[in-house]
Amino acid sequence: MSDDAIRKRLREFVAKNFYMADASSFDDTSSFLDRGIIDSTGVLELVSFVEGEYGLAVADEDIVPANFDSIDALAAFVARRTAKTTS
Amino acid sequence: MTFSLDDLRLGDRAPAELDRICAWLRETLQASKRRGLVVGLSGGIDSSVVASLAVRALGADRVFGLFMNEGESADDTARLSKLIADHLGIATANEDISPILDAAGCYARRDEAIRSVIPRYAPGWKCKIVLPSLLETEQLRVFKVVVRSPDGEELSARMPPAAYLTVVAATSFKQRTRKMLEYFHADRLVYAVAGTPNKLEYDQGFFVKNGDGSADVKPIAHLYKTQVYELAAHLDVPAEIRARPPTTDTYSLPQSQEEFYFSLPYTGMDACLYARDHGISAAEVAAALDLTPTQIERVFKDIDAKRAAAKYLHAPPQTLAI
Repeated sequence: MSDDAIRKRLREFVAKNFYMADASSFDDTSSFLDRGIIDSTGVLELVSFVEGEYGLAVADEDIVPANFDSIDALAAFVARRTAKTTS
Repeated sequence: MTFSLDDLRLGDRAPAELDRICAWLRETLQASKRRGLVVGLSGGIDSSVVASLAVRALGADRVFGLFMNEGESADDTARLSKLIADHLGIATANEDISPILDAAGCYARRDEAIRSVIPRYAPGWKCKIVLPSLLETEQLRVFKVVVRSPDGEELSARMPPAAYLTVVAATSFKQRTRKMLEYFHADRLVYAVAGTPNKLEYDQGFFVKNGDGSADVKPIAHLYKTQVYELAAHLDVPAEIRARPPTTDTYSLPQSQEEFYFSLPYTGMDACLYARDHGISAAEVAAALDLTPTQIERVFKDIDAKRAAAKYLHAPPQTLAI
């Protein structure tokens, strides 16, 4: 799966799952936490989504801002982990 | 000047602060045309201090204490609640809220959600939900459920969002049921209801909306927990209550406030909240608390995030302007 396809799917999920009156107000580099787009429950929802959508087992130590705080970060994490799973 | 934990202590100002709160309580009650105060008693420091302040401001005959235990309350809750009520000489009522909670499905809905994560969880087992420590790792904090069997076997699992939200929503029946009963007694007595949050809880949203977050007056919501303990000593709150570790007393397994909500024990949280609001650097707080600046920065971020989330909890119902 291409990085672009992952990014598009994540963006769809975030826009659909977390209510935003104007979904265009955040881009792929926007910090979810700093922008208040998601809270701790939202993190749980992102983890659950990538586990279900991509068949990944996300370990506690993976749930860090470097992996989960923007569309770009999460897409990179999913791409790394799916590449590892399929290689 | 170097930051110290003493900076947020009332110290010599404590007697004047007691007088200020009591005068405000009298004025507020007069303005709202209520004749006294109802206080839900948990045997903890906050409700004991609020009840003591109410008695000091209004007299014991205008304060009504409520015991509202349920099957999962801590063993010492009932005894310490009665201890402060007897100490103050106030009228009380005992309201066992277990049947209401049972009828509302509080336990059944919560247990079903837990079983969706840990199928072996069964009647007789105990539970709580916990957050990982923010100090040891930069990991984003996500809740886990911890259960313990009658023979002591402990299991834990990360919670899927739906299960977590259902557990919290079902458990909130406890705080909302208690508030409903407080207002029953307030209405029949023409009293107001006193809320018991301290500044940490109020600022950081550590309450249930329309549950323990609801009240007519909140006499200690401007005081750090450290300051509440100081006032407790001045108000002669029994030593056993002052020595009781803060607890949520919400789940069937013992749960500290750090496990469920705050990043640090209350003295550290008070210091960080004070520092955040007074422009004191993470390095200065770190030195005072014997932690690292990186750890304090994480606490600062957590404070900011909780404060943002608390906006919804504090907001009154929104209406359109005419």
